[in-house]
Amino acid sequence: MLGFVIRRILFAIPIALGVSVVCFSLVYLAPGDPLQTVLPPDATAETIAIVRHAYGFDRPIPVQYLIWLWHVLQGDFGRSIATRRLVSLEVSGALANTAMLALFAAPLSFGLGAAMGAIAGWYPGRAIDRLVTGAAVIGVSLPNYWLGIVLVILFAVEFMVLPASGMGQSGSAAFSLWRWSDARFLVLPVLTLAMIPIGIIARSTRAAVAEVRGLDFVTTLRAIGLGEGAVLRHVLKNAAPPVLAVMGLQFGYLVGGSILVETVFTWPGSGFLLNKAIINRDIPVLQGTILALSLIFVATNLVVDLLQAALDPRIRRR
Amino acid sequence: MDGGQDRGPPLLEVADLTVRFVGHEARVQALAGVSFSLRAGEVLCLLGESGSGKSVTLRALMQLLPPGRTEVAGQVRLAGQDVLALRGRALQAFRGGSVAMVFQEPMSALDPVYTIGQHLIEAIRQHRGGSRAAARARAIGLLELVKIPAAARRIDAYPHELSGGLRQRAMIALALSCTPRLLLADEPTTALDATVQIQVLILLRRLQQEFGMGTLFVTHDLAVAAEIADRVAVMYAGRIVEEGPVAAVLRAPAHPYTAALLASTVHDQAPDQDIPTIPGSPPDLGALPPGCSFAPRCALVRDACRIGPPPATHPAPGRMVRCLRSADVLATPLASLATGDYR
Ligand SMILES: Nc1ncnc2c1ncn2[C@@H]1O[C@H](COP(=O)(O)OP(=O)(O)O)[C@@H](O)[C@H]1O
Ligand SMILES: [Mg+2]
Repeated sequence: MLGFVIRRILFAIPIALGVSVVCFSLVYLAPGDPLQTVLPPDATAETIAIVRHAYGFDRPIPVQYLIWLWHVLQGDFGRSIATRRLVSLEVSGALANTAMLALFAAPLSFGLGAAMGAIAGWYPGRAIDRLVTGAAVIGVSLPNYWLGIVLVILFAVEFMVLPASGMGQSGSAAFSLWRWSDARFLVLPVLTLAMIPIGIIARSTRAAVAEVRGLDFVTTLRAIGLGEGAVLRHVLKNAAPPVLAVMGLQFGYLVGGSILVETVFTWPGSGFLLNKAIINRDIPVLQGTILALSLIFVATNLVVDLLQAALDPRIRRR
Repeated sequence: MDGGQDRGPPLLEVADLTVRFVGHEARVQALAGVSFSLRAGEVLCLLGESGSGKSVTLRALMQLLPPGRTEVAGQVRLAGQDVLALRGRALQAFRGGSVAMVFQEPMSALDPVYTIGQHLIEAIRQHRGGSRAAARARAIGLLELVKIPAAARRIDAYPHELSGGLRQRAMIALALSCTPRLLLADEPTTALDATVQIQVLILLRRLQQEFGMGTLFVTHDLAVAAEIADRVAVMYAGRIVEEGPVAAVLRAPAHPYTAALLASTVHDQAPDQDIPTIPGSPPDLGALPPGCSFAPRCALVRDACRIGPPPATHPAPGRMVRCLRSADVLATPLASLATGDYR
């Protein structure tokens, strides 16, 4: 197992480096000259050359990459072209706001989705199965911006029990989870965000549990006299690895921040920031956000791999 | 392995066991009134082509058929206990405690994400309680009993880390973990290599005698049956068509189907192969003829065979056959049975 852990961690390093190369290349992949946004349209060739040199664009690309990487490793992504603020601050602030949503939406959707799926898969074909499967289809296919708007109309406009959008008076910097006057702003975006993962996880859990339930060893477990609770425990452990893989992807989706949901609720998270950066062609912010999100993705996958291996000995050998 | 007769009341009595599978499209009559009995310490082999209802019989005895989709009727008594009426905790205590099953495919019959030891310890503690350490000690003892080398180390192995033979030995240890009085073995050696097959067979026979377990042993290999059985019951289309002491039945079959089975095994065959086909197609359990189920494939068929199921007759003490022409089958020497020549 230890060998497997070390192998997987070492394996994550080249992936992270690859991600950094892609992020670095954004400067060149994005249409137009990267200097275009910082230079006045009537700049002379001489000015262009000076600025080009100042930004280091006249050096060989591999050297540029290494310099960029060196700064990035120290947390320095440069400044936002749009706001002139440090990219590291912009990104960490937005990520923290999105993380607050994810912190609630992930346990909610993982717990509820897995529980619903497990019950449905344990009783395939019964009424409860059809109910869960139907609910999951609805959860997955409702557009979440639409759901967000409906929730706002219901709870903010009709019943006036929850705020419609934003983070409240204290704003992003002073927001505290422990104050209900702040935390109530989380409720609607968390619910909206959780809906799709609930459906997806319910479906994949149902499929995994229903499949494992029909395997031969389940008959053996009953034949040695185990009760249904103990049999279910065996089934769940066997069904867990594929569900964990799906949860990993959904966690990435939640941390990445849904552009639509964050826009509907004007929640200043990473989806919101990405959206803004794309519109402004704010390459440093794009690079920083994408790199941070990609690294979170890589780390999530690593955790999923290790959890799967902890649950299933056959995975450890691969 | 003779004896076993005339020694007290039977351990297991099965009377008129009927199993129907009800699906969306079809109803399948898998068992149509199976009756037999078994004494403590006796080995009864169930023989028959695949699909004849051998596994269904064993599963019905432990209530392991999928509830809701299965209709089970009839009487099953184990040491006087009404097995089919057991529910809940009583059923759990019965499974593994009074009756245990060894399955055909040890790879898929064990939970792949639990070690051999975890299986054994869970079963032992389920039935006998006690500490984890005590259960583990007993589990190691069981693995030694089934001759798994380095048992203290192998107890922590996962099923996929063992060879097929060792896996089946572990499965046997699991079945014996709570000293059942009745052992059900569903083709326990079919999935194994030839040499391993023999070792596992010898082990099973030794343990069966040591523990004095009544044993229902399913096989389609007549050589295995001859090796291990006291009596054999030949199944066809969900019925027992012939039953009797192993030597007598194999030497002089009374049912044309048994004769055909024997004939098809006379020639050498690979041990893990199915019985070579008997002329005609296997019965369709969804649409059985009103008379003898074997009639469509039988060389001796008469009009009377097609009217109703033939009654049980007893051509010799301890033998039973359901065939109107059994006298003619018995009168035919084995050599000409092999050629299907009954005149
Ligand atoms: N769970 C099930 N659902 C429907 N039909 C089944 C089921 N199990 C067995 N059968 C049918 O019952 C018949 C007897 O099967 P089985 O007892 O497994 O045969 P075998 O003698 O080879 O062990 C077969 O026709 C099989 O298709
Ligand atoms: Mg079978």
